[in-house]
Amino acid sequence: MKSGSNLEKVLESGHFAVTAEVGPPKGASAKVVQRKGELLKTYCDAMNVTDNQTAIVRMSSCSGCILLREIGIDPVMQIVVRDRNRIAIQSDILGAVALGIRNILCLSGDHQRFGNHPTTKGVYDIDSIQLVQTLKKMRDEKKFICGEDISGEVPLYIGAVETPFADPIEYRVKRLAKKVKAGADFIQTQAVFDVAKFIKWMEIVRDEGLDKQVHILAGVIPIKSVGMARYMKDNVSGISVPDEIVTRMEEAKVAKDEGVKIALEIIEQLKEMNSIHGIHIMAVAWEDIVPVIVERAGLLPRPVL
Amino acid sequence: MIVGEQKPFEEIWEMIKSFRKVLVFGCNTCVAICHAGGGKEAEILASLIRMKAIQEGIGMEVKHAAIERHCEPEFFDPMMEDIKTNDVVLSTACGVGVNFLAERIGDIPVFPGINTQFFGAVPKAGIFVELCAGCGNCILHLTGGICPIARCAKSLMNGPCGGTNKGKCEISQDVDCGWYLIVERMKKLGALEKLYEIQPLRNWSTATYGGPRRVVLEHIKDIEGQ
Repeated sequence: MKSGSNLEKVLESGHFAVTAEVGPPKGASAKVVQRKGELLKTYCDAMNVTDNQTAIVRMSSCSGCILLREIGIDPVMQIVVRDRNRIAIQSDILGAVALGIRNILCLSGDHQRFGNHPTTKGVYDIDSIQLVQTLKKMRDEKKFICGEDISGEVPLYIGAVETPFADPIEYRVKRLAKKVKAGADFIQTQAVFDVAKFIKWMEIVRDEGLDKQVHILAGVIPIKSVGMARYMKDNVSGISVPDEIVTRMEEAKVAKDEGVKIALEIIEQLKEMNSIHGIHIMAVAWEDIVPVIVERAGLLPRPVL
Repeated sequence: MIVGEQKPFEEIWEMIKSFRKVLVFGCNTCVAICHAGGGKEAEILASLIRMKAIQEGIGMEVKHAAIERHCEPEFFDPMMEDIKTNDVVLSTACGVGVNFLAERIGDIPVFPGINTQFFGAVPKAGIFVELCAGCGNCILHLTGGICPIARCAKSLMNGPCGGTNKGKCEISQDVDCGWYLIVERMKKLGALEKLYEIQPLRNWSTATYGGPRRVVLEHIKDIEGQ
């Protein structure tokens, strides 16, 4: 075991993993995180806490992870390279590990111009691939970037993300290969709606032999409304929403029910793909739907390892 | 070239309104090409200030002048005595020129008339684009001559982030994704496999983050010294 985290145990023992996402509050209330944690606790193997997602200031990912850990949840701490330089990142990793956090997900982060402090200075000292490399070095060589020794172990399970359908398509799998080479243990993909297209992408991933070197968790976003379907289709880069899904949402009597049905159909197809080792459910502001989806997808009970 | 844009007039007026003898001082090199601070722009700006002063009922003497370069002393040294007869210099040179003049002019303030922006090119008349960040550690041979530091909004070194959308950057549909351009260019050069290698962490100390930079050419310095 590299880290001994629950997520690592689930994936390494060959189970189909389920992870969910917790957006921390725009405030200092521990209860908000705890409530989401309690709600989803028995329905997933690990929970991601986002790191100032869309560049909007929220409670820190590390703090959210600690709150989750206190109620028995295996947290995944997200780190974006937008807000911290290599000194702060390595320091935060040491602190996170000391507090029992084992899973780290490395991301570039949405550009600061999107957020609620658009006039700030982005850091971008290192990129997300170099962050993966850094964590591997800290864990395997017990060394900082500069080469100096770290005292003691740094047990980590290292994650990265990939957006299969973003441009330039022909380079995406190569970039995924770089993340794997850098040391990623697991990959979370951007949300999958066009399963046929995703299967084709995974064929290239398999041709490169990457599915044997890394655990790939496919992203799932339950669609709450037709407006959300249209928004993602038109505005979110790297998400490919087929017209058929938009039409189904338009024609549905109860949009939310149709959204759940679509998510379940997608999960069913993902489960059949041998090279997909789990799903990561991103129910943005709709966390209470996750138990319903996990249960109806036949993914209960979650393994106790 | 260095690209700049003239500051809003109200901001300029706030800077200078309490002074009585004002020199608007243009630079006829980079900032003249981008129509921000050459002799012509200095003259127009001086006229605007004169009119504003009349409107406000303030007795203000406003002169204008321009020299070829504000970044080398020999260009303004001959007129330094004239410059010093003013209460304030409103420089429309780039920030380099403002700094350089301020160091030499004694106790007369030098204010910026333009916002200095970037090193850029002029792909079409009236359009100026940033192409180099002056980071002091060039890797353009690895990226098809397209700079990821200057042209990727996140200065990523290992390929495009997930925010690239139909060749555009996530920050704006008006901004090309630098990494999209790099990948396309490397494909054309038959060198895409160069982008499969992981690029190591950058040494940013060669950029402005390492403190103010200077270049000293010993052989030239010695000759001049003699």
